[in-house]
Amino acid sequence: MRSRLLLRVTALGYLTALLLVPVAMIGYRTFAHGIAPVWDALTTPAAQHALYLSVLVTAIAVPVNVVFGVVAGIALARRRMPAPRLVDLLINLPFAMSPVVIGLALFTLYGRGGWVGDWLAAHGLQVLFSIPGLVLATAFVCLPFVVREIVPVVEEIGAEQEQAAATLGANGWTTFWRITLPALRWALAYGVVLSTARALGEFGAVSIVSGDIVGQTQTLPLLVDERFRNFDATGAYSAGFALAVISVLVLTAMTVLSRRKERPQ
Amino acid sequence: MTAEIAAAPRRPIALPWARLGAGLGPGASLLYLCLLVGLPVAALADRAATARFWPAITSPPARSALLLTLVMAAVTSIVDVAAGVLIAWVLVRDSFRGRSIVNALIDLPFALPTIVAGLVLLSLYGPNSPVGVDVAQTRAAVLLALLFVTLPFVVRAVQPVLIGLDRDVEQAAECLGASGWQTFRMLIWPALRPAATVGAGLAFARSLGEFGSIVLISGNVPFHTQVASVFIAGQVESGDTSGAAAVGVVLLAAALVVLLILEVATRRGRARRA
Repeated sequence: MRSRLLLRVTALGYLTALLLVPVAMIGYRTFAHGIAPVWDALTTPAAQHALYLSVLVTAIAVPVNVVFGVVAGIALARRRMPAPRLVDLLINLPFAMSPVVIGLALFTLYGRGGWVGDWLAAHGLQVLFSIPGLVLATAFVCLPFVVREIVPVVEEIGAEQEQAAATLGANGWTTFWRITLPALRWALAYGVVLSTARALGEFGAVSIVSGDIVGQTQTLPLLVDERFRNFDATGAYSAGFALAVISVLVLTAMTVLSRRKERPQ
Repeated sequence: MTAEIAAAPRRPIALPWARLGAGLGPGASLLYLCLLVGLPVAALADRAATARFWPAITSPPARSALLLTLVMAAVTSIVDVAAGVLIAWVLVRDSFRGRSIVNALIDLPFALPTIVAGLVLLSLYGPNSPVGVDVAQTRAAVLLALLFVTLPFVVRAVQPVLIGLDRDVEQAAECLGASGWQTFRMLIWPALRPAATVGAGLAFARSLGEFGSIVLISGNVPFHTQVASVFIAGQVESGDTSGAAAVGVVLLAAALVVLLILEVATRRGRARRA
């Protein structure tokens, strides 16, 4: 019994030192001088724009990946995907790549001297240091989350219900909307939550392609970094705290959804 | 026989347009994948493949950054295995108040943006540390950041295996006079090892590329705390994209090798069990 207690104390002590105290610390540091400076820091035009930009980029990148994830996930699970090994590799590549290398890869394609960068610039389309670059970086980073949730569920539910619907005269769309999609809803929701968290918080890939122009291409995580480097601790902690609150919400959603996901239908 | 039935055509009436529609989805998603992921990675490899590739990755700062990254990733995954198995054991076998909250908190490093993770660690273990521990700009800071962001991997890999483990065998071992440590070493650990290896491998791959949580706390001191991803970001900033791409390709190749080994090992393990 004593050894059990020792193990418990060691494990919880490790978690406390590494996770709990640091995360509690950010709340303390943020509100060290009261609420007013935090409110001021979060309502500056730069902070407002950073929040708007983060939400905008997420609102474009995540839905695109959801459509891709559902279509590709069903095709992969039903063995209808051409070149499945290559597709599998490409889907998992964002997990194997450093965010910085992802940003750099986009740089070598769309930047000056890149494969298509100069041509696009000559035709008036600026990808890097503007919103398209941010969206591409975010979509790249979040790519695996939805599709990886979808594939195992489609494999598990099988095709019997869809076949039954087809025998009863339902066309492809009806079957998809009434049979397939409802069966996928919890896995899909879980994937969306993971993608959204990652999209809102992405730093490395975005920092390479954004140019970090205040009020133009600065997302919320980039604002945290820039405020901190400019010795504006309150600004950095306030934005960091806002992001931490979002991640606690995400964590709650993850916990609820993963329970739903595992419950038999 | 059943496999053949499952593989039989699912659409009773195969109109030409229906077949076209069925091919459209996979085709479009393959195209999306190639444009979004394949093309940039190909451009990256192309940028790296210059005569300067070898000099770029063997220059003293690049070599030191790559070596530090590998060593730090290795240490991180070893510590993760020890801590992860312990935490998983306590979460599965022990019971105490607030266990489900602790269980949910394990995923926090996955939900928290990496730059916030770095900020958080710096506020507690940085220059203004309230507990008097300042590791900023040391290698310990790099390790700390990596341990933070990779915490969930081993715990989440080991937990389901531990839940499914047969307790009777352990009780039998105990009746036969085995100590707690002997039971762990000879019964529990062999069962957990494949899952722990997968978790450690994922943590290793993640550590190789980690950037956001390290960049603030490591202080970016060349030859001392500068890891490969921070080195690459610096190279891009100073305009040397081909040098950065060379180091980036090495990082990517290393992570791919780790993930490939994991997949082969998992497949072999599954085949052995079957």
